[in-house]
Amino acid sequence: MCLSIPGKIISINGDMADVSIGGNIVKVGIQMLDNIQKGDYVLVHAGFALQKINEKEALETLQLLKEMDE
Amino acid sequence: MKYIDEYRDSDLVKKLSEKIRQIDTQQISLMEVCGGHTMAIHRFGIPSLLPENIKLISGPGCPVCVSNILFIDRAIAYSKLSDVIITTYGDLIRVPGSKSSLEKEKSQGADIRIVYSSIEALKIAKNNPNKKIVFLGIGFETTAPSSAVVIQKASKENVLNFFLLSAHKMMPPVMETLLNDEVKIDGFICPGHVSTITGSKIYSFIPEKYNIACVVAGFEPIDIMQSVLMLARQIVNKNYKVEIQYSRAVTYEGNSTAQQILFDVFEPRDDYWRGIGEIPDSGLKIKEKYRHFDAEHLFNIDIDFVGENPTCICGDILRGFKTPGDCKLFGKVCTPQNPVGACMVSSEGACHAFYKYRSYEPSHNNKFDTHPHDYNEANNMS
Amino acid sequence: MNDFVTLNHGSGGKASSEMIQEIFIKSFGQVGDILADSAILDIQHNQIAFTTDSFVVDPVFFPGGDIGKLAICGTVNDLAVSGAIPRFISISFIIEEGFSIKDLKKIVNSIAKQANLANVKIVTGDTKVVHKGKCDKIFINTTGIGVFQKDLSFISDGSKIAFGDKIIVNGTLGDHSMAVLGARNELDFKVAVESDCTCLNHLIKDALDADIQVKFMRDITRGGLATILNELAILTNKGIDIVEKNIPVNESVRGLCEIVGFDPLYLANEGKFLMVVHPNDANTAIDFLRKNPLGKESKIIGEISADHPKMVVGKTEIGGKRIIDILQGEQLPRIC
Repeated sequence: MCLSIPGKIISINGDMADVSIGGNIVKVGIQMLDNIQKGDYVLVHAGFALQKINEKEALETLQLLKEMDE
Repeated sequence: MKYIDEYRDSDLVKKLSEKIRQIDTQQISLMEVCGGHTMAIHRFGIPSLLPENIKLISGPGCPVCVSNILFIDRAIAYSKLSDVIITTYGDLIRVPGSKSSLEKEKSQGADIRIVYSSIEALKIAKNNPNKKIVFLGIGFETTAPSSAVVIQKASKENVLNFFLLSAHKMMPPVMETLLNDEVKIDGFICPGHVSTITGSKIYSFIPEKYNIACVVAGFEPIDIMQSVLMLARQIVNKNYKVEIQYSRAVTYEGNSTAQQILFDVFEPRDDYWRGIGEIPDSGLKIKEKYRHFDAEHLFNIDIDFVGENPTCICGDILRGFKTPGDCKLFGKVCTPQNPVGACMVSSEGACHAFYKYRSYEPSHNNKFDTHPHDYNEANNMS
Repeated sequence: MNDFVTLNHGSGGKASSEMIQEIFIKSFGQVGDILADSAILDIQHNQIAFTTDSFVVDPVFFPGGDIGKLAICGTVNDLAVSGAIPRFISISFIIEEGFSIKDLKKIVNSIAKQANLANVKIVTGDTKVVHKGKCDKIFINTTGIGVFQKDLSFISDGSKIAFGDKIIVNGTLGDHSMAVLGARNELDFKVAVESDCTCLNHLIKDALDADIQVKFMRDITRGGLATILNELAILTNKGIDIVEKNIPVNESVRGLCEIVGFDPLYLANEGKFLMVVHPNDANTAIDFLRKNPLGKESKIIGEISADHPKMVVGKTEIGGKRIIDILQGEQLPRIC
């Protein structure tokens, strides 16, 4: 499991947020996350945000791979 | 799309494929226990990029596949009550129960609605105060917290006509059961999204107690290939531990807020896994304080357990003993259009994913010389 | 007139003829024959193309179109992809009691507009009104007749297809499906895509008249590209190789597919066709199609292969290979 997809927080309204995924706006529950801000990327699953994407780690993963062999 | 496209870079995948081929090892078997991984592996054709000595096995990672047939029978029984609306994720709609399916019942007039989110189910409850709305809660630790959130919301907002029928389950108990089983597993590709909630700490017992490699993997091709590389290295170096490949979303501790919400609403119970049997403390039941939202508690309907089709070998497939190709029913009697067992029903089930996305190997040993709809050769596949 | 359609409107009496005059005739323009029992048509050809279709889409209005537009475009396209020039259409309506007259007028105007754009005549029609609950708002059935200027039967039967022929699609896939899905209130999404519903007959005729060796064509509707490719592979007993990263898909369609777990290869389209051309003409064909707004994102997506007959094999985005099978059952939103 399971189908989860990264999306960008566009606006926050109480315990729900509008999240943009490929330009589509999905209403997502953010009850499981604290300190979420507009512009953050979150993992969306079944209409809920599960976790905030760690940008630094994301870049590092790719960077390490690119540096393999170099 | 950000955080997706970069992880589908074919040059990086090629690089990883070469690195994996350089690893000198005898046959190793890596098991994934997440339907999302089953799908991704087949959809991107990953087996065709791996060497012969690395075998990927699909385990019981599809929550639909492992849900007790009784769960569907129960949902069907509820749907026959005139004041009940069944709300469900799309995954369950075609799952065969012992006699029927939710899809068939819907075509006969039962009020069964597909929702993308449990919040939609709560909305339906608010909009239909004279009906009882039963939400079918399937899924592992990735999805169970959202069921918990919705029960907390229902409680707070006093939506007393909302009920949950829980088939939620947890991963570590079934992983341990598999390790005590006979199938050879050298490493686990651990479920990335379960781990965003639970943290990687839940797998610590696996290398410690069993000397099995663990890597928590993401779902893009680069994630899976990198995880295979990391697992192979652990196994060759005999350095067994839990590593996190999916570090952009997973930490050791996980999402503690989600965990708190989950265990405010649910507690562990013994549960029956289709094809495997009963596993202690592997399921999630609604706690006493929220029992009035528990559908099982509300309805007092007797369901006769009819049992599984004896020729169906889904259990063996889920545990990694056999592959879809070993099944006499696969592709002939049991197809996605007409599924017999759980593995064929869900598009993440091993059989369905295999049927739909078979990896194509255009070698002289072509296993797919005949048309895919002719499965005489299916039984020769290993 | 009332605000809503009533059973009276379907009874054949004064209310019926009032509705027919005020709504249908007014929109469809010069009709002469429409009020007779049969349309008498002058068709001086040995071969005609003849098609029928029914439209039951829900919701009736969606971004980029409505059930009326769909009815004309769907029928026109079915005729056009067989190489025929679409000429005549019959249209009949089954309307649920209580349907808004304002909405009916909108739909009928939409039909008239599309028929005009496609240069087809609506020559005969029918209307029935049923009790509330006996149909879902409005259902439309059409038949269409097209004529041939020369023998083009190979366009439908694939008899001229050879190994190495290239496969082209005229633009992004899945737009229609996702626009309709987004327009349903079930999912709380604001979808950033419109239906691609459009009449393709002019573009197709120009392509067939141009100096391009077109071997086969088909409308990519229900079942999506994957289904059409499998049908083609079975029809010709040949293999098909597809390069998945060449398949054009809108970012927002991709995003939606990732959310609900759909595969764009299986999504319905209403303005897309598949064309098989001689390899020497593939680039010319692409350049030609791209000059037209309805083909501006045309791409060569694959070719006819001597390997794996009757099978469609895809080279995935990351260089792996997988079999692309026929659609098994309706795709449903899933969480797993």
